[in-house]
Amino acid sequence: MNPMPGVGTMKFAMWLFLASEALFFAALISAYVLLRLTSPSWPDVSELLNVPLVALNTSLLLISSVTMVYGFASIEDGKQSRLRLYLIATAVIGTVFVSIQAVEWAQLIGEGVTASNSVFGSTFYVLTGFHGLHVLIGILFLVLTIFRSYRGRYSQAEHGGVELMGLYWHFVDIVWIFLFTIIYLI
Amino acid sequence: MSEHSATENHRPNYLLIFGALFVLTLIEIGIALTGIAASAQVVILLALAFTKALLVALYYMHLKFEGPIIRIIAAVPVLLVLIVILIPIFDVWIFG
Repeated sequence: MNPMPGVGTMKFAMWLFLASEALFFAALISAYVLLRLTSPSWPDVSELLNVPLVALNTSLLLISSVTMVYGFASIEDGKQSRLRLYLIATAVIGTVFVSIQAVEWAQLIGEGVTASNSVFGSTFYVLTGFHGLHVLIGILFLVLTIFRSYRGRYSQAEHGGVELMGLYWHFVDIVWIFLFTIIYLI
Repeated sequence: MSEHSATENHRPNYLLIFGALFVLTLIEIGIALTGIAASAQVVILLALAFTKALLVALYYMHLKFEGPIIRIIAAVPVLLVLIVILIPIFDVWIFG
C-alpha cells in the first residue's frame, strides 16, 4: 500500500535521498566556510584557478540539464529515439565536464597544490571530488537508462526511471551552482 | 509513477529557463570581476546562486508542478542546509 497517495513511491524515495544528499554537501560546505574564515592565509582563487575554463564547464553542466529535461519531455510524448538521443547527449556532456575537471586537478597538482599541503587544497579537492564522483555515478546511471531505453523499458505510459534519473542529474547541477559560486567566485 | 507526472499538463519553456541560467552565470562572473565591496559581493553572488538553483528545482525538477508532499520534502532540507552553513559563519562572527 502506498503510504503517500498521489505520489509515486520511487519518486518519494528519490526526493528523500536527495534531501539527505543536500545535507551531506551542506556539511562539506560548512567545513569549507569555517576553514576559510579561520585560516590565516587563503590563496587568490582568481589567480590560482582557471575561472574562465570552469565557467565554461558550468555552462556545459547547465546545458546537460537542458538535454536531460528534453529527454524526459520526449518520453512523455512517447518519442523513444529522441529520448535516447537526449540521454546520450547528457552522458557525453557530463563526461566532458568530468574530463575538464580532471584537467583542472592535473594543472593544480602540477602547481604544487595538493590535498595534504594546504587547507585550501584539502577543502577544494574534497568538495569538487565528491561532486565529480556524483557526476560519474550519474553518468553510469545514464548509461544504464540508455541501455534500458534500447530494451524498450520506457514508454509514454511508463517512464518513471527517466524521471528519477532527471531528478538526480538536476540535483547534481544545483550542487555545482553553489560550489562554483562559493569556491571560484567568492 | 508516470500516471502522476508533474508535467502532464504543464511544460515550461526549458530553453528560456536555460537562457536565464546562462545570463545569471554571466552576471555572477561580471560581479566577481568588479571591485565592489567584498561583503556586498558575497551577498549578491549567493542570491544569484540561490535564484539559479531555484529555477532548476522549480522548472527542470518540476517542483513548481508537484503536490504539497514533495514540496515539503524539498523545502525542509533547504532550511537545514541554511542552518548548517550559517552556524560556522555566526560562530566566527561572534566568537572570532
